[in-house]
Amino acid sequence: MSAHSITEPSVRQKWFAGALVAAYALITLLPLLWIIATGFKSSSDAIAYPPKILFEPTLEGYVNLFTAQTRQSPEYLAQNPPATWYEAIVHDKGMVIAGPSRYGERFMNSVIIGFGATFLSVVLGTLAAYAFSRYRIPLKDDLLFFILSTRMMPPIAVAIPIFLMFRNLGLSDTHAGMILLYTAVNLSLAVWLLKGFIDEIPREYEEAALIDGYTRFQAFMKVVLPQAATGIAATAIFCLIFSWNEYAFAVLLTSGTAQTAPPFIPTIIGVGGQDWPAVAAGATIFLVPVMVFTILLRKHLLRGITFGAVRK
Amino acid sequence: MSHLNMDSVARATPRHLSRRIRGLSDRAIAWVFVAPTIFLLLAVNIFPLIWTIRLSFTNYAANRPNAEVQWIGLRNYERILSDPDTWATMQATAHFLFWTIVFQVMIGFALAWLINQKFRGNDLWTTIIVLPMMLSPAVVGNFWTLLYQPQLGLFNSIVGFFSGADPTSFSMIGDVHLAPWSIVIVDTWMWTPFVMLICLAGLRSIPDSIYEAAECDRASRWRQFWTITVPMVLPFLMLAVLFRGIENFKMFDLVVQLTGGGPGNITTLTSIELKREAFEKWRTGYSSAYAVILFVTVFGLASIYVKALNRVKDR
Repeated sequence: MSAHSITEPSVRQKWFAGALVAAYALITLLPLLWIIATGFKSSSDAIAYPPKILFEPTLEGYVNLFTAQTRQSPEYLAQNPPATWYEAIVHDKGMVIAGPSRYGERFMNSVIIGFGATFLSVVLGTLAAYAFSRYRIPLKDDLLFFILSTRMMPPIAVAIPIFLMFRNLGLSDTHAGMILLYTAVNLSLAVWLLKGFIDEIPREYEEAALIDGYTRFQAFMKVVLPQAATGIAATAIFCLIFSWNEYAFAVLLTSGTAQTAPPFIPTIIGVGGQDWPAVAAGATIFLVPVMVFTILLRKHLLRGITFGAVRK
Repeated sequence: MSHLNMDSVARATPRHLSRRIRGLSDRAIAWVFVAPTIFLLLAVNIFPLIWTIRLSFTNYAANRPNAEVQWIGLRNYERILSDPDTWATMQATAHFLFWTIVFQVMIGFALAWLINQKFRGNDLWTTIIVLPMMLSPAVVGNFWTLLYQPQLGLFNSIVGFFSGADPTSFSMIGDVHLAPWSIVIVDTWMWTPFVMLICLAGLRSIPDSIYEAAECDRASRWRQFWTITVPMVLPFLMLAVLFRGIENFKMFDLVVQLTGGGPGNITTLTSIELKREAFEKWRTGYSSAYAVILFVTVFGLASIYVKALNRVKDR
């Protein structure tokens, strides 16, 4: 065994610390587990008192989430027996499926706007970050601070003139408008994060490439980009998560064709208030991809949330 | 072709000359690379900001675009600053800001300190703790209204189980005294990991040799904590507070979904008030002035704070 350091905590101390952290982690996880569980509850189980921990799982919530339903008379239901398992679930409540719900569309809007804005902000951000990292640009520090400061404004304050601007340009409630807007919001993060990643790539690589006769642009494409690939990927995921989660602009500037999932999910209602299993099902489908990305990102998490200010 | 030419040029020309040739194109590349970003930010941030400032001196209403717009000088600003409701929302925001920061700093630092004890499996637990922070505040906030229901909510049941209180006897969202705490609790749940991660980076940046030296000097654990750990982590902690402060000053999505600003106006934070004025009452000029006041406030407070932060860092 190696020499025991005096700063190393004792076994008992470690065990105690581990137990406390694990307890906190489990408490923190509880609301998330509750969302996932509620998605598989029946409507009565979801609002049972006291809250039910054990219940018989059903896909009713998911069926309600993806379908629009209408009530039918018992005679009609008797004449038209359900053909599939999901029709059977609806049938048992005295309803029939009238068509798909809006959730699919809203989810796709989130995907289109999220990926569109991520792609644009990463492309523009990489170019700008490279220039800020490698070239002497007049007023560089001021420009970088300006880019960061755009993130300080409350979204609602920016939304007033954007609303007017989009109305004049015909961008209200369009994918293009939301992609542009989210790109602009993401750029501050993309530039700051990517500048940090590019700063870490030794200049010698490019200089070697220049001596080999590459142009600056070729050196950027063939030497810097591959080296920065991990940083670019991490930045992209952060931009995607931001666009995915954004609510304030989405609720003010979209209402139909370009509405994303976050303003839509809370409006899922059933008979007499929110249809909690359906809300929870919609939330689960929406949140789980982000949880997966968070686990993938854990090495770069700190950097991403502090705009590159803190690196490990 | 051009690639080949460059090759021979690079070899043939003396080094200082080739650098000058490249230097020219460098500047061009730099501008081509930076311009789209700056342009987009000017179009989507600065132009709207100037527009907002202009509108703030008028009585413009966005739902009546054809009505005559009057230039009314500073009257919007006067009205906002003399309105007691403004100060009520400022107070609600201050309460929210203060307590979320206090709880997040205390719990976040404690967790970071515990995780830094390097017990087995701390990566797994850290990843779990971090999850809420990355999720959509609107979607999660909406779901918390179910957890907070007096009868069927999990939160009330758990509190009831541990305190012995009847879980149906209190309503976190419906009660004027509890509602401000309901938003503090959810925000703390979501964002404590943020402070924790930054503190953890601070703790890990302290070299073991400092503690070893203190140990040789027979400094007690308690003394080591206050003379080494706390001052070394302080700059990190202050950075975390800056981020949380700015974010929570802008707070909208989570609270709108949780309480909608109610009951009454008790959790109406500045952003929620602004949204009501701008997009429900359609007082565009008035709300523009409100937006300018908010922006000046956050910018002013942040600059003062950054100066303090730099002083701590330099020490």
